Amino acid sequence: MHMADALVSPAVGGVMWAVSAGAVAYSSARLRKDTDERRVPLMGVMGAFLFAAQMINFSIPGTGSSGHLGGGLLLAILLGPHAALLAITGVLIVQALFFADGGLLALGCNIFNMGVIPAFLVYPLVYKKLAGQRPAGTRLSFAVIVSAVLTLQLGPFAVVLETLFSGLSALPFTTFLLLMQPVHLAIGLVEGVVTAAIVSFVYLARPELMHAGLQPALPVAYPLRNLVVGFLCAAILTGGVVSLVASKDPDGLEWAITRVAGTAELKAPDNRLHAWLAGLQETVSFLPDYAFKHPAVVEQQAPASRAAETAGTSLAGIVGVMITLLLLMLGGALLKRVRATA
Amino acid sequence: MSHHIVAADRLSFSYPDGTVALRSVSFCIHHGESVALIGANGAGKSTLLQQLNGCLTPSSGEVRIGDFPVTPKTLHEVRRTVGMVFQDPDDQLFMPTVFDDVAFGPLNRGVAPKDVAAQVTAALQAVGAGHLAGKPPYRLSCGEKKRVAIATVLAMDPAILVMDEPTAGLDPCSRREVIKLLKNFSHTRIITSHDLDMVAEVCDRVIVMHGGEIRADGTAEEIFADTELLAGCRLEPPFSMQACVVCGRRTAS
Amino acid sequence: MLGFRQLDQLAARGTRIHRLDARAKVLVVLVFIVTVVSFGRYELSAMVPFFLFPVAVVVLADLPAGFIARKVALVIPFAAAIGIFNPLFDREIQLYLGSFAVSGGWLSCASIVLRATLTVTAAVILVAVTGFTAVCEALERLGMPHPLAVQLLFMHRYLFVLADAAARASRARELRAFGTRGMGMGPFASMAGHLLLKSWERAERIHMAMLARGFQGTFHLQRGSGFGLPELSFLVSWTALFMILRFTNIPLSIGHAVTVFFNAGRLVP
Repeated sequence: MHMADALVSPAVGGVMWAVSAGAVAYSSARLRKDTDERRVPLMGVMGAFLFAAQMINFSIPGTGSSGHLGGGLLLAILLGPHAALLAITGVLIVQALFFADGGLLALGCNIFNMGVIPAFLVYPLVYKKLAGQRPAGTRLSFAVIVSAVLTLQLGPFAVVLETLFSGLSALPFTTFLLLMQPVHLAIGLVEGVVTAAIVSFVYLARPELMHAGLQPALPVAYPLRNLVVGFLCAAILTGGVVSLVASKDPDGLEWAITRVAGTAELKAPDNRLHAWLAGLQETVSFLPDYAFKHPAVVEQQAPASRAAETAGTSLAGIVGVMITLLLLMLGGALLKRVRATA
Repeated sequence: MSHHIVAADRLSFSYPDGTVALRSVSFCIHHGESVALIGANGAGKSTLLQQLNGCLTPSSGEVRIGDFPVTPKTLHEVRRTVGMVFQDPDDQLFMPTVFDDVAFGPLNRGVAPKDVAAQVTAALQAVGAGHLAGKPPYRLSCGEKKRVAIATVLAMDPAILVMDEPTAGLDPCSRREVIKLLKNFSHTRIITSHDLDMVAEVCDRVIVMHGGEIRADGTAEEIFADTELLAGCRLEPPFSMQACVVCGRRTAS
Repeated sequence: MLGFRQLDQLAARGTRIHRLDARAKVLVVLVFIVTVVSFGRYELSAMVPFFLFPVAVVVLADLPAGFIARKVALVIPFAAAIGIFNPLFDREIQLYLGSFAVSGGWLSCASIVLRATLTVTAAVILVAVTGFTAVCEALERLGMPHPLAVQLLFMHRYLFVLADAAARASRARELRAFGTRGMGMGPFASMAGHLLLKSWERAERIHMAMLARGFQGTFHLQRGSGFGLPELSFLVSWTALFMILRFTNIPLSIGHAVTVFFNAGRLVP
């Protein structure tokens, strides 16, 4: 459930980057204070392990399809939340750079969905409560499975929300939701079972890894943590609301329902509202010239101005694109020829 | 002078799960000696080596390096004096480039960055790996990795070199290069190995271990001539001292 | 995985671009990606000139164009798979090609694919001219936390070692599988567990090796390169170009000029 660059608007991407960067900075600060130096090579090697393990596919019984290990929860259980977040961040960065899994703008979203959610939400609030002080046997497996399912419901839900707030995909909210959640329920169960099996394996072989673990035994600075969490929530909320208002479909759900139901009439927005929105967009948008088109508004305008407004997509635009591409290719080939003979 | 002496006094060690790895081991190695520690797998060789630089702490007994016993307080000094080369060079080469790896020790020691380059170059040239300085470790061959691993330790200028299976997994040429290196060092050398021919060439003194104890401690000639002792410890004489496989005659001894 | 190693090998070359300080290259790529992503959802032609950057770098840094193109081509199906929903839901007609009507959905789908191609190309090119470790160090000098930079370096170092171990284990299992399709969850969990423990033990040995060489908690990575005039001009010139390309539409201008010249304007309604 990697989030792709193509679906993220700069506003949403920027906000999630800020949130994830904040979380990573917080974890880094906590780890710096921790004196257990075993952690340094351990985090790196576990990150590499996760990467390698994700390359092996296993088949899921009964469906004939294959899956691979997510691993966020596994790392949180073995390394503690802060080290796990850094390890997962490392894996995601490498995947974005080398394997184009997701993209660099969506990296903030991915770190949040696949790192912050399991390490800072599910692990402390769900897993630790269920597993207790000395997790073992069935109780451990139960805790792991429930945590995994929850992680793989919250993560995809976050993806749906991020896509919705970005407004770049025309997929309606409810459809997307119905697409993501049930599928990831099955994936979550599989991840839970596999993770539980691995954790039990480790526990049998080296129980001291489970209990001693590498949890930094530092007193929590309450005021600071609350402040940081509060700030992050405010950032998400602000970014989300602003994005929604500035996005293509202010009333996304209703628009989607109307569309799907097939009513001929689209809500035609007041021209004053459009002007006000445009004004708001000017002030809050990432780059001032961020153009978006509201189809209903477009219909209202005269054909001539509409043609002018759909600059870049008229015939002239296409011809221009062809010529530009040709120029680029010729230029590149020529330069290469020149350098080769030079 | 008692500096650079490596001595163990009734050293015993058990792992957390109860396995007794060392039973009352005692020996004394002097400056400049070249000593081999041989024995079957599980005899306790690697465990003993790890006692020598403080990676493991004895359950009872003591290890002394030079003037000081190995305790948590003296670890710094001990590691300054004892340079350890691990069995798997991948465990030892963890920095982005060879240069960084060899510079790691000196930089931690507090050597100024501008002086580090000279030490690194000297160490790499001592092992014949000067041309590898800019390469990342994963692109080195096995033999090159072993030599660079030795360089990482040489750069710290230790008095005592401890090596765990230095010729394991090497092709004949690389093995020959490592043997040449080892013969040329003037440090105190403590080597564990299954490669008894290398031991015969490089080491004057051999300590035989079995079941966590020292069974014999003498010159290489004495030990390798005692076939009963070797058989009792699941060992054989070096191939160069065994009978020729073709004609049955004994060759060099 | 092999492509991964090759990218690192490409980074070891010595062209002028390779020798630039990594921070300049990282910053330019960041600006590039942010600019590309900031385009509106129906923009197509305005994004095309951005290919100038990867093409220029490929030529100037002497990179194998075919190899880069192949790596990027792998991404396109994924982007298309995401964008393909748009034509289903966005049927508002945005333009006419002659008498052929093109809906907004197709435009935004194409835009998504184009966007993805550009951003991935930029990322691949960045690593090909800079190298993974240099990118990490540049990011740290630009503000990334030190523990994360160390994490990335260690992970990159042991990735190949562990991937080889995983591949060997996988192959060994396959040789005893006698044709059964795929690996079940049980064997996978067991294999992953073994791999995990071996990795953990390796990490412990690495830690011992670090201690044996005097490690006391901080890494000293000495990289001497500085941010000089070549870097500044690289950064400023490309950023200026990107800004110009962002706020003008050169293909459209060219197209207008050409169509007016050939009097094809009557095709536009």
